[in-house]
Amino acid sequence: MKEFNVHTGIAMPLDRANVDTDFIIPKQFLKSIKRSGFGVNLFDEHRYLDKGEPDADNSKRPINQDFVLNQPRYEGASVLLARDNFGCGSSREHAPWALDDYGFRVIIAPSFADIFFNNCFKNGILPIVLDAETVDSLFKDVAANEGYKLTVDLPSQKITRPDGSTIDFEVDAFRKHCLLNGLDDIGLTLEDADAIKTFENQWREKSPWYFQLNG
Amino acid sequence: MAGKTLYDKLWDSHLVKQRDDGTALIYIDRQLIHEVTSPQAFEGLRLAKRKPWRADANLATPDHNIPTTKAERSRGLEGIMDPVSRIQVKTLDDNCKSFGITELDMNDIRQGIVHVVGPEQGATLPGMTIVCGDSHTSTHGALGALAHGIGTSEVEHVMATQCLIQRKMKNMLVRVDGNLNPGVTAKDIVLAIIGEIGTAGGTGYTIEFGGDAIQSLSIEGRMTVCNMAIEAGARAGLIGVDETTIDYMRGRPFAPQGEMFDKAAEAWRDLVSDADAEFDRVVVIDAADIIPQVTWGTSPEMVAPVTGEVPDPDAETNAGKAENIRQALKYMGLTPKTAIRDIELQYVFIGSCTNSRIEDLRAAAAVVKGHKVAANIELAMVVPGSGLVKKQAEEEGLDKIFLEAGLEWREPGCSMCLAMNADQLPMGKHCASTSNRNFEGRQGFGGRTHLVSPAMAAAAAIHGRFVDVRDMLLEKAATH
Repeated sequence: MKEFNVHTGIAMPLDRANVDTDFIIPKQFLKSIKRSGFGVNLFDEHRYLDKGEPDADNSKRPINQDFVLNQPRYEGASVLLARDNFGCGSSREHAPWALDDYGFRVIIAPSFADIFFNNCFKNGILPIVLDAETVDSLFKDVAANEGYKLTVDLPSQKITRPDGSTIDFEVDAFRKHCLLNGLDDIGLTLEDADAIKTFENQWREKSPWYFQLNG
Repeated sequence: MAGKTLYDKLWDSHLVKQRDDGTALIYIDRQLIHEVTSPQAFEGLRLAKRKPWRADANLATPDHNIPTTKAERSRGLEGIMDPVSRIQVKTLDDNCKSFGITELDMNDIRQGIVHVVGPEQGATLPGMTIVCGDSHTSTHGALGALAHGIGTSEVEHVMATQCLIQRKMKNMLVRVDGNLNPGVTAKDIVLAIIGEIGTAGGTGYTIEFGGDAIQSLSIEGRMTVCNMAIEAGARAGLIGVDETTIDYMRGRPFAPQGEMFDKAAEAWRDLVSDADAEFDRVVVIDAADIIPQVTWGTSPEMVAPVTGEVPDPDAETNAGKAENIRQALKYMGLTPKTAIRDIELQYVFIGSCTNSRIEDLRAAAAVVKGHKVAANIELAMVVPGSGLVKKQAEEEGLDKIFLEAGLEWREPGCSMCLAMNADQLPMGKHCASTSNRNFEGRQGFGGRTHLVSPAMAAAAAIHGRFVDVRDMLLEKAATH
């Protein structure tokens, strides 16, 4: 997994509550058996004016100039500002894959849906929960200042605004450790293989009916 | 010390290791697999040269991409017209073969929507921990199992280690007291709950559903309720085990049999919250207050009783909420204060992991029997949840009732719930759907979804707009 340490990037506002994972990446792109290449279809139904298809040449599609992602001032944005319950709906990891592939490294919102939140950490994306008022003030700052950049420092758990003021944020210690070191958590879990085997043997003894798939 | 909730019990019984940082290793008894969220996980195993920890803990079936027309299905894999879908389904077949995982493939009569197949086969058992790369895994909580959706990285993690790294959720109890009125179903209960607590109301919680109205539901009705726990933000929904649960499990192909079943059943009877268990949040709803529900917007919480109307954003005092209503009404092509009963429909979809089981089909058939689909309905389709549901429905003659009324009778799969196959809701069309999500574009690019119960969808098919199915049932009772 990609490491995350300190990241500075242009913030892009997506001013909409309950952005679901169908919004982030529509279903037709889920037919891919790869985990890359979803960036060009991030927010597909809003970013383009026509219906996207997995094999389409996206460079020839009509662009929705009103959608925030297509506004020149947010070109190259890597910090996404969002509203409540971001990432709700389907468990598709294609959503963080698409965000990552496009170039987003940080998502800031007042709240996230649980599965999406979890999936971000598996892909080197840092989702940050801030209180609604602070998020609101960031939305206002971004609107007022073109090229508005935020610096997100994971080791010290601080976001720095262009004026130097900072915002503290919380992050789970285990997830922080994995992000900082780009750790593959399967490898970490397998360090406990003995504990898993011991548990499994006791559980099989106690509840043998869970260990058969053929009646 | 307070007693334990059902969630506490399931968590404790699967705890492999509690780590100092607050995370825990939780043992997973069953992983259900489908074609969309598994290829990258299998690829990950291959790249890291890992094997499944316990191949027999996994059960696979393709569902999302599967065509539902007889013409395509009769030709098996080669019959899938979309080449990208065909590759994905074939990849599942190939991966299951090479990793030694049992698959009910698209030609197997047991194939179907993974959340219909698991319980039907007894691959889902009370007291299990169950995961699947699909958010509607919450369905299986209806049997007293701790079940939730995961992303593809975690699918790979469970394949490789039989565990998940988790943090314990908080406990919420949603109690539905009293009795439902006739014509009001499990779907209406869960839509009313989501309307009450909101789509993020259950975030961070495991929701246990309890109360008389829940306990009196069949297992299939309980599955409908737990299925949509995720639509209230909770990854897992739960219902305590009772004799209804145990009777449902008896004789299922993958369930224990004979003496082993009796032993298991004895253990399962303990899978209820203790009387003195404490919940972090309790929500109480009176069943008698629930009226058949219809969503009018683009989030399941945007729901109203069929007797109600579309809201007016100008009457909403919270600016953010007002803006959400405006966005939704624009997408849905609806004007404020329109009566729900005046919404004209063009499509009807009866199916999905929420409502495609035999009782759902019976409820819909009872409503359409002897009627014809309204002229303004361009397509009304019934998609059974599995090959076995389809077979049973045909044995009961339900297919004929649907066909005579003018509905299409399809082959099993996810179909127009998420429209990954050819079953898509066209731009601008309104659909009465028994599925679970009314998100923008969910059923097709530009499509407009209204979530309802199977009986309400059937009534809508006959009238071409929403009607209160309770009135139709009353008329039927009067004429018979």
